[in-house]
Amino acid sequence: MSLTENASRHIPDRLRSPLQDKLVSWESLLLTVGIAIFIVNSLASPYFLNAWNLSDATFNFTEKAMIAFAMALLIISGEIDLSVAAIIALASTAMGVAMELGAGTPMLVLVGLTTGLLCGAFNGALVTKLGLPSIVVTIGTMSLFRGISYIVLGDGAFRGYPSSFSWFGQGYVFWVISVEFVIFVLLAMIFGVVLHKTNFGRMVYATGNNATGALFSGVRVDRVKMTLFLLTGLMSGLAAICLTSRLGSTRPSIASGMELEVVTMVVLGGVNILGGSGSIPGVVIAAFVMGLVTFGLGLLNVPGIVMSIFIGLLLIGVIALPRLWAICRKKGG
Amino acid sequence: MSPLKSREAILFGAILCLLIVVATRFPAFVAPGNLVAVVTDTSPLMILAMGQMAVILTRCIDLSVAANLALTGMVCAMINVAAPDLPVAVILVVALSMGAILGAINGILVWKLNIPPIVVTLGTMTIFRGIIFLLTEGKWINAHEMSPHFTGFPRADILGMPVLGWIAVLVFGVMLVLMARTTLGRSIYAVGGNPHAAVYTGIDVGKTQFAAFVISGTLAGLTGYLWVARYSVAYVDIAGGFELDVVAACVIGGVSIAGGAGTVVGTLLGALFLGVVKNALPVVDISPFWQLAISGAAIIIAVAFNAQSGRSKGRVILKSAEHAQ
Repeated sequence: MSLTENASRHIPDRLRSPLQDKLVSWESLLLTVGIAIFIVNSLASPYFLNAWNLSDATFNFTEKAMIAFAMALLIISGEIDLSVAAIIALASTAMGVAMELGAGTPMLVLVGLTTGLLCGAFNGALVTKLGLPSIVVTIGTMSLFRGISYIVLGDGAFRGYPSSFSWFGQGYVFWVISVEFVIFVLLAMIFGVVLHKTNFGRMVYATGNNATGALFSGVRVDRVKMTLFLLTGLMSGLAAICLTSRLGSTRPSIASGMELEVVTMVVLGGVNILGGSGSIPGVVIAAFVMGLVTFGLGLLNVPGIVMSIFIGLLLIGVIALPRLWAICRKKGG
Repeated sequence: MSPLKSREAILFGAILCLLIVVATRFPAFVAPGNLVAVVTDTSPLMILAMGQMAVILTRCIDLSVAANLALTGMVCAMINVAAPDLPVAVILVVALSMGAILGAINGILVWKLNIPPIVVTLGTMTIFRGIIFLLTEGKWINAHEMSPHFTGFPRADILGMPVLGWIAVLVFGVMLVLMARTTLGRSIYAVGGNPHAAVYTGIDVGKTQFAAFVISGTLAGLTGYLWVARYSVAYVDIAGGFELDVVAACVIGGVSIAGGAGTVVGTLLGALFLGVVKNALPVVDISPFWQLAISGAAIIIAVAFNAQSGRSKGRVILKSAEHAQ
């Protein structure tokens, strides 16, 4: 499995720092947890180890992971976007409107991506041009974007997307390998290369570690942040296409609460919520772990809202445990 | 201090303008009886915003208030179903203390483990909601299952205003004194204004943040009972998304998200502004579906306005990457 190799990757910006050691082991720890969950799941339910069921399980995380990759970069750069789920709602609504006007599949895709991009641009402009804190801006746009969806749709819904449109969310490339899973894998590789192998990736880390320092080293901090907001918007638009195509309908409440799961995935993947460190392989493993947990619980007939307790506990636990551990060690030694 | 003062005047003026505009078409909207109804309807928002203000002042944020409200409200309703004769005073004590405990959970995680508040409260938000589901298995508690004195308390009329409205006034008064006249109140401002300086003056930053979360939680618990009693129904999703309105009220009221700046009066006016908008929409025949987008836009405009007025006037010699503050 190529994931194992990626998990032990060294991040050169903090050579031999204790934090980096922790990060490296974080990913391998996460991988161990993932494998353990896989084994427990296959023992707990006889339906788990089935190619089609496992393929279904990937739908639990592919759409979220698409956003999580971009969100990881955004959080590493020291910002956050809580409006991603609302962007999905708005992009999906825009596609619905376009569909009503008779747009074909290519046009729908274009509308979805453009809406996402525009929403990202709006967030980015407020944060970089006006210098506003991203948490508040995106809490505001979260209401605004979803609010616009509600204005357009009210308590109604868009249905009847063209059958070719269902390819994104329901199509399979080869046997049990779904289109969404292929998109997920491709994006994982692209984001991995961008963050870990390019100048831009280094700038993202620099921005998150010390924005003022980065500025004086010639990094156009605002441009980096703007790009990341655009990217997050674009990925939300893509996720909106996949989700709408999979569900085959649009309601204004679509993807509600998904921002929490995306942030959880990113944090679970070892990205520092305060910015400055994190890796794409970590996020990839976190996506698998979360997908396996939700799928396993689903097979055991655990209702969705109870799963959200697990997600919430996971989010807090993942950050709390290392800190508790550090406190205990300090007291012990 | 003067820009803050003028800010409240601006907000007050905005509310007045809003009322006048609505009144020109629908005079009945500004009749005293209706205004009292608007204030009462906005009371939960005002109470929660008071607590949220304390939290935001210390550079934190509490996104779990609505979930805390729903969980405490549900527990109160379940106690009422189990023991219908229990006096309201006991229910109030339960609501306040349970809210305080839930707030303390947030506070402990922020204080002792140093976890970013947004992560903590995003997590507890879903956990609290999930616990309601575990408690009830998704069932509702309806009006006929609650005893009359339980549901009657917030609606009881005193001097022309329901108790709910008076409680908001009481909370406003207490917060006014707490923030301006007590050590805790001043510490809350100090911690948010400059945490490092606060440490050197002998203030425990974490402990103060913990106290702010407890205040916010207590008020959320109180509102939980009042909410459930007023609407005579309790279920998993009550007040869903209300935390955003609460944050919006604070931001519109001039509370700086960067901490340290904001007043009790401003927060009250921020909540009132949202309350008037919400109540005016159906009167001027705009679909209630507009409300979410309007409060979103109001947050963005308010935060942009805050940043503009908070920007220092002097010449920038050394550019900082975060030019917000």
